[in-house]
Amino acid sequence: MDEAAREFGFNTRAVHAGQRPDPYTGASATPIYQTAGFVFEDTESASAYFNLQEYGNIYSRIMNPTVAAFEEKLANLEGGVGGVAFASGLAAQAALFFALLEPGDRIAVAKALYGGSTAQLNHLARKLQITVDWVDMDDPDGWRSAVTAETKILFAETIANPGGNVLDIALAAAVAHEVGAPLVVDNTFATPYLCRPLEWGADLIVHSATKFIAGNGTTIAGAVVDSGTFDWSNGRFPSISEPSSAYHGLRFHETFGVYGLLMKLRAETLRDLGAALAPFNAFLLLLGLETLAVRMDRHVANALALAEWLLGQPGVGAVRHPALADSPYRPLVDRYLPAGAGSVFSFDLESGREGGRRFIEALSLCSHLANVGDTKSLVIHPASTTHRQLSDEELVASGVAPGTVRLSVGLEDVDDLVWDLERGLQAARASAVAA
Amino acid sequence: MNEFQDPRTIQEIVLSARTVAIVGLSASELRASNFVAYYLQRHGYGVRPVNPNEERVLGEHVYPSLREVPERIDVVDVFRDPSAVPEIARQAVEIGAGALWLQFGVINLEGARIAKDGGLAVVMDRCLKVEHARLLGRMHWMGFDTGVIAGTRR
Repeated sequence: MDEAAREFGFNTRAVHAGQRPDPYTGASATPIYQTAGFVFEDTESASAYFNLQEYGNIYSRIMNPTVAAFEEKLANLEGGVGGVAFASGLAAQAALFFALLEPGDRIAVAKALYGGSTAQLNHLARKLQITVDWVDMDDPDGWRSAVTAETKILFAETIANPGGNVLDIALAAAVAHEVGAPLVVDNTFATPYLCRPLEWGADLIVHSATKFIAGNGTTIAGAVVDSGTFDWSNGRFPSISEPSSAYHGLRFHETFGVYGLLMKLRAETLRDLGAALAPFNAFLLLLGLETLAVRMDRHVANALALAEWLLGQPGVGAVRHPALADSPYRPLVDRYLPAGAGSVFSFDLESGREGGRRFIEALSLCSHLANVGDTKSLVIHPASTTHRQLSDEELVASGVAPGTVRLSVGLEDVDDLVWDLERGLQAARASAVAA
Repeated sequence: MNEFQDPRTIQEIVLSARTVAIVGLSASELRASNFVAYYLQRHGYGVRPVNPNEERVLGEHVYPSLREVPERIDVVDVFRDPSAVPEIARQAVEIGAGALWLQFGVINLEGARIAKDGGLAVVMDRCLKVEHARLLGRMHWMGFDTGVIAGTRR
């Protein structure tokens, strides 16, 4: 061990952070600790673990060594002090909101948002008596005009699903910090390889690790990563700074400092909500993160090539890929996403709802599937699937039209993808002629 | 501030220290100072409590001030209000302590400077327990980033 001998690069940390060869067996891959509980050394140790006076494994609903290796690797890549993994991205988000919000609080949220997150927030608002202030993230004054003295969280996606809106992270962070609230960023579509929002002032990251992090569409998983830089003792977050009734009067911020929120999230919120990540799933996520950079480079290249090809095709209206030369988000991409703007984008078929259906039916390589961030190219028609729960008004606010098709571009040969999309477009055009 | 959060200094203190004077150690099991002292005891450090308002904490005799501790102190670990740091730093220099360690939130540049000029290693706004757990302990079981990058067996 030689501290700080070198600042290792992203790829080195993607391979090695969070994991060491097993000290007992020498196993190079992280063992899958498929166990519910852990035997205590003695009664003194057991009580020290429960009191959080000593870091020790208790029960896999709260912590597990395989899951911890994933949490540390992701936190390291995002530049955070640590992370807590959850059974899904929505579970991670719900747990974070549950830990930070009290009845009567307000949360400012970008309108351009994953439909599942919009639905979750509307549901939480009703159940927890919080108020959601929806923000036009493309308006430079949007955040400032939405926040109030009661705003406890600002929340947005780095690259919005499915509209492709790019968040001005530094701007949103500045507004958040003016009112003493943390900026929480869902970095699912960018991954820490393409953007690290904590470096631009964001305070917390949430992920659906199901997507590019798992990489192969094998696993449902989520995580929260904390920058460790937000001041939870600013008087606005008594559940973290004051004695916690849910943990025998412990003051999480005073006792654990920069790790206070994460300890609360694990020892209280994960303990109580119970949405723990399974050790085997964590193992798959570790494999995914090891190859994140090489996969993302190919995802990015394939997606941009397809977006540029689609621009010139008859029957295709708007193509919403934020890295396209004429995209309104191009300046934000240059600033925040210089290595690429991900591989999920949407475009509109001029043939509308029926054209969207015909398009998808004519594809033979792309899978019609409600996921993104897979090695396999995936396609979906949001108006009839992922965004079906939303009202027409919410649909438009999310950047979705009747003929909008969302693509998650995989790692296939790009010529083969063009061949497939060409056949889809022909079918969509034929439906328009027939009508 | 990074001057007082040097990773090599932190590592050297954690690995070499044997006796730790804990200034402002509380008898309450819910206070951070008690957490840290209990942890350090479990990991073999000699804990010497300093607090004029206590007599015995965690089975140890409590000294009213640093000057009263009768043995060599490797680390003076401070859990007091930041304004108390300059005087504690002067006493730490006076007794020939090896290092001044200021816990999370105990930030006082004047005090840090006094100790450094007096020949002590200084760490500020860091937790001794966390750094021990990061370098030698089990912090990696809690999903925290230890910063350890290696492909060798421990």
